[in-house]
Amino acid sequence: MTSSNGRGRLHLAAALDQAAVFDAGSHVELARLAERGGLDFVTLDDTFARPGPDALAVLSRVAPATARIGLVPTVTTTHTEPFHVQAAVATLDWVSRGRAGWRIEVSTTEGEARLFGRRHAVPADELWREAGEVADVAARLWDSREDDAETRDLTTGRFIGRDKLHHVDFAGGGFSVKGPSIVPRPPQGHPVRVVDATEGHARRTAARYADVALVRAASPAQVAAVRDQLRQLASEFGRNPDTLRVLASLLVDLGGGEHAAEPGHGGGGPRQTVQGPLYRGGPVDLAELIAGWHADGVVDGFHLTPTEPRRDLERLVNGTVALLQHRGLFRTFYPGSTLREHLGLARPANRYAVTGGAS
Amino acid sequence: MTVRSEPRGRRPFKKHCHLAAYFPGVDNTTVWADPRSKSQIDFSSLEHLARTAERGLFDFFFLAEGLRLREHQGRIHDPDAVGRPESLTVLNALAGVTEHLGLAATVNATFNEPYELARRLATLDHLSGGRAAWNVVTSCDASTGENFRRGNFLDRADRYTRAAEFVGLARKLWDSWTPDGVSRPFAHRGQHFDIAGEFTVPRSPQGHPVVIQAGDSDEGREFAAATADIVFTRHGTLEAGRSFYADVKRRLEKYGRTPDELKIMPGVTVVLGDTAAEAQEKAAEIRRQQVSPQNAIRALEQVWGADPSAYDPDGPLPETVPVADSAITQGRTRRGDTVAIAETGVPPLERSPRVGEARPSKEKGLPIRQTAIEAGGRQSFVGTPEAVAAELDEFVRKDAADGFILQPLITPVGLDEFVDRVVPLLQERGAFRTEYQGTTLRSHLGLPDPAWRG
Ligand SMILES: Cc1cc2nc3c(=O)[nH]c(=O)nc-3n(C[C@H](O)[C@H](O)[C@H](O)COP(=O)(O)O)c2cc1C
Repeated sequence: MTSSNGRGRLHLAAALDQAAVFDAGSHVELARLAERGGLDFVTLDDTFARPGPDALAVLSRVAPATARIGLVPTVTTTHTEPFHVQAAVATLDWVSRGRAGWRIEVSTTEGEARLFGRRHAVPADELWREAGEVADVAARLWDSREDDAETRDLTTGRFIGRDKLHHVDFAGGGFSVKGPSIVPRPPQGHPVRVVDATEGHARRTAARYADVALVRAASPAQVAAVRDQLRQLASEFGRNPDTLRVLASLLVDLGGGEHAAEPGHGGGGPRQTVQGPLYRGGPVDLAELIAGWHADGVVDGFHLTPTEPRRDLERLVNGTVALLQHRGLFRTFYPGSTLREHLGLARPANRYAVTGGAS
Repeated sequence: MTVRSEPRGRRPFKKHCHLAAYFPGVDNTTVWADPRSKSQIDFSSLEHLARTAERGLFDFFFLAEGLRLREHQGRIHDPDAVGRPESLTVLNALAGVTEHLGLAATVNATFNEPYELARRLATLDHLSGGRAAWNVVTSCDASTGENFRRGNFLDRADRYTRAAEFVGLARKLWDSWTPDGVSRPFAHRGQHFDIAGEFTVPRSPQGHPVVIQAGDSDEGREFAAATADIVFTRHGTLEAGRSFYADVKRRLEKYGRTPDELKIMPGVTVVLGDTAAEAQEKAAEIRRQQVSPQNAIRALEQVWGADPSAYDPDGPLPETVPVADSAITQGRTRRGDTVAIAETGVPPLERSPRVGEARPSKEKGLPIRQTAIEAGGRQSFVGTPEAVAAELDEFVRKDAADGFILQPLITPVGLDEFVDRVVPLLQERGAFRTEYQGTTLRSHLGLPDPAWRG
C-alpha cells in the first residue's frame, strides 16, 4: 500500500447485469435506482457467447431516462471494427451529455470466432495487445475533430475548419484506420475507458489506456498489489498514475438480512468463488468493508456486481450507500454532470490541437 | 398531437400516404447559415426532430450514414454541414423519448459483419418495442475501406451479392430463436460468409426489423424487389416517380410478392409559404444559402476538375464539357453512383431530386453560382400548405410514390411547419392517418409480420 495516495474521494459503481433481459424497462429501473444512490457509474456486461442484448444499445436507451449517472457498456475489441466502436462510444457520450464509458474486453473463445468466421481464436495476450491498439486508435479518432472545428463562418461559407480535422493514419498489428471520425469530438473529449485488470494479460493495456481499472480480488492485500503494479506501469508509460482509478470488483449477495452474515463471511470479508470474489452479508457490514479498504488507501473505490440485481441493488443503495453518506464518506448529490467529473478526472486535451498536427 | 377526427364522407379505400423524416447529418441541403440552425450532434436536436415527427404521426425517423468524410485532394470538404451521431446508438436513445415512431438506421453491408449487425438491429427492435428499420447500403466509396479491417473495396456486383447474402443471413439469425423463446444453433456457408453458432437475441417484436433499400441501379432495384420492405429513392418528379414505381413493383411478382409488400418512398424537400409567390421566394433564398459562392466554385472544381482559383463564382462556366469519369473527389468510383454521392456529399449540381433532368446549361449564359443554384438546389415541393398537400396526395394517388421521406432544411426546426400546416390538410383529405393504429413500424406501414422460418 506504499504508492497509494488513496483516501481520495470514494468512487462506487454497480453492474446492472441480469440474465438475458431484453426489454428496456427493467434496465431503466435499475439504472435509476443506482442513480438515486449517487453512484459514479453503472456497467453492463456483454458477450457474444451468452444470450443478452447489445449492452451499448441498452445504455443508450437508458441515457435519456437518467440524468447524472455514468453509463459503461462492455464492448469487445476482438471481432468488432475499431472505427464503429469508437463512433458508437462517442455517440453514447453525446446522447448522455458526457456520461459515457467503455469497458474494453476481448473475446477469447473459438465459439465466438465462429460467429464471425474471419479468424480463429487467438491467445489472450495477443488479444489484449490488439485491445490496446483499439483503445489507442479510439482516442485518436475522438481527437480527430477538434472541439472548435465547427466554425460556421458565414463570410467564407465554411461550415468546418478543415485544419481542425485530422487523419489519424493509424497502423496497428492487424488493422489500420485512416480517419477522421465521422462523429464530432464527444463532450468528455475521451469517454472513460475501463479495463478489468485482474488477469495479467490485460494489465499493460489497463495501465497504459484505462481511466478506471477493475481488480477482482478477495483480500485488500491482493488488490493493493495489483494497484501498485498498475501505478508503476502507468508511470513507465509516461502517465501520471493519479489519473488511474482502481476499483475493487466484488460480487455482492446482500440477501442475508441487515447484519446476518454467514459465519466467516460478511464482516469477515469476501471469499473467493468460481464466479469471483463474493461478499455475502448485510449492507451495513459491506459499508464497513468499503470504508475500511478505502481508508487504508487500498482502493479508490468499488465496483459491485449484485448476484440478485433487483434485491441487492436496492439494499446497496438504501443500506450501504446511505450509511456511507451518513458518515460523510460518499457524495449525497452529483456536483458534476459528466462521468469524468464524478471520477475527478480532467477532460483530456486534444493531441492534435497541442501538436498542431496537419490534417 | 396533430390528431383530427376522421372527416365524414372519406372514401373508404383511399390509398394512404406514409411519411418519414430524414436526418442526413452530412450534406449540402441543410441550411446551416440560417440563424435558427442549431447543433447537428446535440441530442436535443435529434430529440426535437424525432418528437416533431411523432407529433406529425410519421411512420419513421431516418438517419443517413457516411463512413468517410468527403475530401478533395486530401483535404476535408468544408462548406457543408458535417458530423453526425452513429445511427443505431442514437436511435436507441430516441426510442426512450418516443413511443410510436419507427427508427431507421442506415448501416453499410460492406463494412459490417452479419452476426454483430443483426444483433444490434434485433436489440433496437426489442428496446423500442418493434420500431426498428435498417437501410441497407453498400457504399460506393473506395476510400471508405481505409477505415476498416477489410480495407479494400468491392465493385457493385460483389457489393450487392454480399448485401443479399448479408440480409438473408440476418433474417436467418432473426429466425434462429423459436417464437416461444428457444434458441437454436445456426450454420451458414456462402460466397461471402461462413459462420455458425447461436444468436444471443430472441426473436424481436417485429420478427424482422423493416428492411429499406436505397440504390438505383438495376442490381439495386432487383435487390429491393427480392428482399426490401421500403425503397428510398430520389425520383422526385411525377413522371420519373411513376416509371420508377412501375418498374420496381413489376419486379416483385418474380419473388412471389404483392405490390403492397414494398413501399416506395422518395426523399423530398418542401418549402411552404402563405402564397405561392412567397413560397417561391423562400425557396430561392434557401437555394442561395445552400450554394454559397465557395460552394459553387467547389462544385465546379469537382464536376469539371477545374482549378478553382482560376474562376469567379459570378463569372462564366468553363468552356469544356464536364469530364464524365473524373475521379476528382477521392473515392468516387464512377459517375453512375451519382445518387450515392449525394449522400456522402455532392456538389449541388448533382444534388437535385431531378438528377438527370437538370444539367448546367451554358446556353443560358448563367454565371457559375447561378448555374449551381438553378441546377441543384431545387426543392421538390414548393407552395402553400394546400398546394403541397394536394400535390403529395396526387403523387400517391397516381402511383408515383407510396409516401415521402422528408428532409428538413433546418436542424432541428425544419419539420415543424410541415407538421403544423401540411399534416392536418393531408388528414382532411383522408390521405394520412389521424392516429397511430398499432405500436410497431410494420403496423404503421401496413406490412405483415414475416412468417417464422425455423
Ligand atoms: C436515396 C438514397 C439514399 C442513400 N443513402 C445512403 C447513405 O445514407 N449512406 C450510404 O453509404 N449510401 C447511401 N446510398 C447509396 C446506396 O446504398 C448505394 O450504395 C448506391 O446508391 C450505389 O448503388 P446503386 O448503384 O444501386 O445505385 C443512398 C442511395 C440512395 C438512392
